[in-house]
Amino acid sequence: MITSLFPAPFTRLAQRLSLSAALSVVIMASVAMPAQAGKAVLNLGMSVEPTGLDPTIAAPVAIGQVTWQNVFEGLVSIDESGKVRPQLAKSWDVSPDGLTYTFKLQTGVKFHDGETFNSTTAKFALERARGKDSVNPQKRFFASIASIDTPDPETLVLHLSQSTGSLLYWLGWPASVMVGPKSAASDKTHPVGTGPFKFVNWAKGDKVELAKNEAYWNSQVSVKLDKVTFRFIADPQAQAAALKAGDVDAIPEFAAPELMSSFKDDPRLVTKIGNTELKVVAGMNNSRKPFDDKRVRQALMMAIDRQTVIDGAWSGLGTAIGSHYTPNDPGYQDMTGVLPYNPEKAKALLAEAGYPNGFTFTIKSPQMAYAPRSAQVMQAMFAEIGVTMNIEPTEFPAKWVQDVMKDRAYEMTIVAHAEPMDIDIYSRDPYYFNYKNPVFNDLVKKVQETTDPALQIKINEEAQKILAEDVPALYLFVMPKLGVWDKNLKGLWENEPIPSNVLTNVAWKE
Amino acid sequence: MIALLGRRFAGLILTLAAVSFLIFAVMDLLPGDPASIMLGTSATPETLAALRHELGLDQPLLLRYGQWVAGVLSGDLGQSYTYGVPVAGLIIERLAVTLPLALFAILLSVVIAVPLGTFAAARRDGIADIIATLFSQVSIAVPAFWVALLLIILFSTTLGLMPAGGFPGWGSGLWPALQALVMPATALALPQAGVLTRVTRTAVLETLHEDFTRTALAKGLSARAVLWRHAVPNALVPILTTLGLQFTFLVAGAILVENVFNLPGLGRLAFQALSQRDIIAMQDVVLFFAALVVIMNFLVDMSYLAIDPRLRKDV
Repeated sequence: MITSLFPAPFTRLAQRLSLSAALSVVIMASVAMPAQAGKAVLNLGMSVEPTGLDPTIAAPVAIGQVTWQNVFEGLVSIDESGKVRPQLAKSWDVSPDGLTYTFKLQTGVKFHDGETFNSTTAKFALERARGKDSVNPQKRFFASIASIDTPDPETLVLHLSQSTGSLLYWLGWPASVMVGPKSAASDKTHPVGTGPFKFVNWAKGDKVELAKNEAYWNSQVSVKLDKVTFRFIADPQAQAAALKAGDVDAIPEFAAPELMSSFKDDPRLVTKIGNTELKVVAGMNNSRKPFDDKRVRQALMMAIDRQTVIDGAWSGLGTAIGSHYTPNDPGYQDMTGVLPYNPEKAKALLAEAGYPNGFTFTIKSPQMAYAPRSAQVMQAMFAEIGVTMNIEPTEFPAKWVQDVMKDRAYEMTIVAHAEPMDIDIYSRDPYYFNYKNPVFNDLVKKVQETTDPALQIKINEEAQKILAEDVPALYLFVMPKLGVWDKNLKGLWENEPIPSNVLTNVAWKE
Repeated sequence: MIALLGRRFAGLILTLAAVSFLIFAVMDLLPGDPASIMLGTSATPETLAALRHELGLDQPLLLRYGQWVAGVLSGDLGQSYTYGVPVAGLIIERLAVTLPLALFAILLSVVIAVPLGTFAAARRDGIADIIATLFSQVSIAVPAFWVALLLIILFSTTLGLMPAGGFPGWGSGLWPALQALVMPATALALPQAGVLTRVTRTAVLETLHEDFTRTALAKGLSARAVLWRHAVPNALVPILTTLGLQFTFLVAGAILVENVFNLPGLGRLAFQALSQRDIIAMQDVVLFFAALVVIMNFLVDMSYLAIDPRLRKDV
């Protein structure tokens, strides 16, 4: 016997150690077993913990990423390709003048607390969103609704004060979901919706747990997961470790592109690079010298080689853009050729604008990884045309929102715009670009005046072109959706036309 | 003695009052409006006004300060802006992670440092001393979060023995919860153990040169008995002092380690509250940290008086 080679105390120690090792293996196995057995449990990792769980009263994207389509549903929804689909409204009819929307609602729909969903409930939800005390982050969506009628429980009629071509699309957003009159006040901490998953528990700072809604109204959907846990892991290294250790099954939006290649060797995991609506743009204060001169803005755009920015800032993962529009938006036009990289021409333009020796300015850069990295690459490129850019780190969201959004006390900044199809921000007044172009504003208005999608696409094409030539902001790239998950997991969205984690069709491979 | 206690206690209350006002004023000076952060980039002026009113942000500074202090004194720490739940509950939830973590780390550092420091002092310039000096220098120099990363790489991703992070909660049983705390506590404990080893070594060395140890040796007591019965107990005062101060440091300073291991502790709460400008939660947490430091210092002072009669005579 090998142990007899050692003195007695060592033998006892070895026995004890092996006993405790065996014990801990048994304990660990028993802890791990339940997750393996049913395969109806999902642990999903997210970078940002939501602040509150009601997407109708606060803006942070992470709220919708937990509750939209899982807990809460809308009159309509937006599918993985970005199209509007019926949901709690099974059909609708728009009057020829675009001023009356008549929705036919689903019947037999109940909230998780048993409350019935009907036209009265829908009216309540919309009135709450557009009312005087509303703190809905997208209150402007509902601005054109003049009155709401409920002729019967199945019918909801919206009367508009002016035609609003994007209304249906907007009604599919997280901020437009249907909430119950009895539960609305406590949705922030205990969300109650009509969706396929019920809220179970929120361990703040750690996780949100959902469970399958056995009484889900939509019989055409068969939900495979019994239990879903959203785990919040801020640090990218910790995210990678959690994936590799099997603590989480999926991270739909992995936070660090430079670590993506580290998953390639793991046979248990797959990586999926999809598209998002996150447009990284360097906005300029168009009312400030020298950015009030279009030639200066164009020169700065031509000084930038977008691919180099993408390589430097996001490990080469991303798509160059030339306007405030992404390749998955309807009517996308590639505008990167309008002001292509050409430092010589940029220098000439600067001289023409009266800056033959360049100028000096400051960029306010938030701390999110993409921003300082992009800014550093841009800094080097601007230097080549004689322009000196100082980088001022600016805490996001607090200081950035204050300085840039509210006070507009900045020269240039850089940020990823997450809202889908938000080209209209350049017509908003006030908005941080201080961009004022009546021709552009007219186009944005025209989009709302028609409900014809083909015509909307045509107008948006023109709007893209104006922005590409006018460059109120330097258009850099669209961020990819970096998904990493267990290879046996099916049904997670690979693309993200709207920030979300829709779990309705997610299942483990049999 | 009673008068002294009273004076010290009054000082403690005054310090806390000053700290609370300072915290409030500084929070108010911070750039960034909680309401506009919550509403995001599409907020209209009237929505913003509605939310500011709902949160009470449209009231004057002194009034808000008064309400806060009155609330804290009556045990109501207010509602978190972002989570929408009472902050007191949040702090208690987080303490259930941070306190055990800090205690675990203290325990580990004592278990490592006190024997190591004592041996180093007993065998001055010997191998134990060299090892102890090396250990304390390296462990003080190496940042805790880096040790944390190394532990994760070795025990979680490579060997697969430990969870890489997260906290299952005490409800899931003692073993899973403790297992989640082993690596974070180790990472936190190492630098502390380095400091404590040095303190122990110096303190034991000093007592070894005292007259009473010489007397004990002269009376024929063995070297080992002198070390453990006379030198070590007399070295306890500086060791306990260091432990007291380290404890506050561990509770407040665990933020990086909590981040790496994704532990829902108090440090993470403070960090999140700051970045979201959840001013109420931020104020409460900082006040809690401040109170912890002030009270801990008070207790350490008092323990001197309790342990050493000479100090009582001086004051």
